[in-house]
Amino acid sequence: MGLLSNTAVLLGKELRTEFRSRELLTTTVVFILVVVVLFSFTFDPTSSESRRFGPGLLWLSFLFAASLMLQPCFLREQNNDTLSALRLSVSDPFAIFLAKLVANTVFLLLTEVLMLPIFAVLYNVHILPVLAQLVLVFLLGSLGVAIPGTAFSAISAQARMRELMLPLLLLPLLTPVLIASTESTAGLLDANPELRWAWLGFLAGFDVVFLTALWLFGEYLLEE
Amino acid sequence: MVKSIIKAVILFALIAATAYIAFNYAPIEKSMGVIQKIFYIHIACAFSAFVAFGTCFYANVRYVFTRQAKADWLGVAAAEVGLMFILVVLITGPIWAHPVWGIWWTWDARLTLTFVLGLLYVSYLLLRSMIEEPDKRALFSALFGIFAFLDVPLVYFSIRWWRTQHPQPVILGGAGSGLEPRMRVAYLLMWGALTGLLILLMNARYKLEALRASVEELRREAEVQ
Repeated sequence: MGLLSNTAVLLGKELRTEFRSRELLTTTVVFILVVVVLFSFTFDPTSSESRRFGPGLLWLSFLFAASLMLQPCFLREQNNDTLSALRLSVSDPFAIFLAKLVANTVFLLLTEVLMLPIFAVLYNVHILPVLAQLVLVFLLGSLGVAIPGTAFSAISAQARMRELMLPLLLLPLLTPVLIASTESTAGLLDANPELRWAWLGFLAGFDVVFLTALWLFGEYLLEE
Repeated sequence: MVKSIIKAVILFALIAATAYIAFNYAPIEKSMGVIQKIFYIHIACAFSAFVAFGTCFYANVRYVFTRQAKADWLGVAAAEVGLMFILVVLITGPIWAHPVWGIWWTWDARLTLTFVLGLLYVSYLLLRSMIEEPDKRALFSALFGIFAFLDVPLVYFSIRWWRTQHPQPVILGGAGSGLEPRMRVAYLLMWGALTGLLILLMNARYKLEALRASVEELRREAEVQ
């Protein structure tokens, strides 16, 4: 299958590029850490307060980090005009987007999973009994961030003030992801943990809608 | 030119007549009093804004598939006028809310959705101002507009589900439910007047954009020579 094999090759390239230097991952993790620490000054982080505000601040810091982390995605393809090379190398331009969004999801998920124990310790929440479910929520949420994020990275790469444009374009659109992810995480960190399937289903639906939109319109995003 | 002036005058007369009817013909609402009359503008503007944003989506899709500059002009005209109507909604709302609810704002489903919708279209217009080349600007803003429009129902459902799980102490009163016939007249007239205003403003903005495009083309031709 042309699409899948092309995607696999490009995904390998994306992952290899990042893991060689790891600069994006390290800076993103440190950024989330800084935001989490700053948030601790805005309320009293007792256990019950952390359960109330924790999920929201966690996802808010993930969103901010993602809107910074997604910028180099298409920006670095402008140096040496590698975007043209990418377009010529694949039969289906969707492969380029698929590879980049999977890579972005992986990077986001890695930073989130790295942050989770630190967050649990700093804010006194119990994550071990619900660890697997939390990772599921993070996965669906990260997909929800990465899919439109990758698309808008391609758009903002064409604009001036791109550092500010990407968050401006992305964050209002991610309102449903923020709400659904926060609700799902809050359900799991509650005194009686439960997996809120309705919100997870909604997240999955969001991912499907924007993946389809990216599939339909992706080739136009690559035009120069 | 003369036709536009005549249309504008007719529209102005219609809006003035509607305002007169709203104050002198339609009765004063029992529980809210005179402040309820702001709803005639508030709801009609909301409807016009949604029509404008639907038009923007149509124009965006049309541009992506046909690449006609006209579609881009329609898109920006619809987005700007829609944003103006949304701003009126967001301003008249709190003006109504303060005497009735005692607060200027609450994060209930409808208000939050309107705010997020406004933000999305502000982003659309900001993106347009950040891309200089006309073809690129048209294409990339059209693509963003399409994504933003697809997001609207998702934003609506997510906020509504979330808000029903965290019920608000304030409940929106029965404005518009069981309309008194004289109020209905005022509503319909205002709705008609503001739809007319929407069309007039979009038309003017469209023509302005077309003019800008031809000036740009002339400038480029002059530079080449």
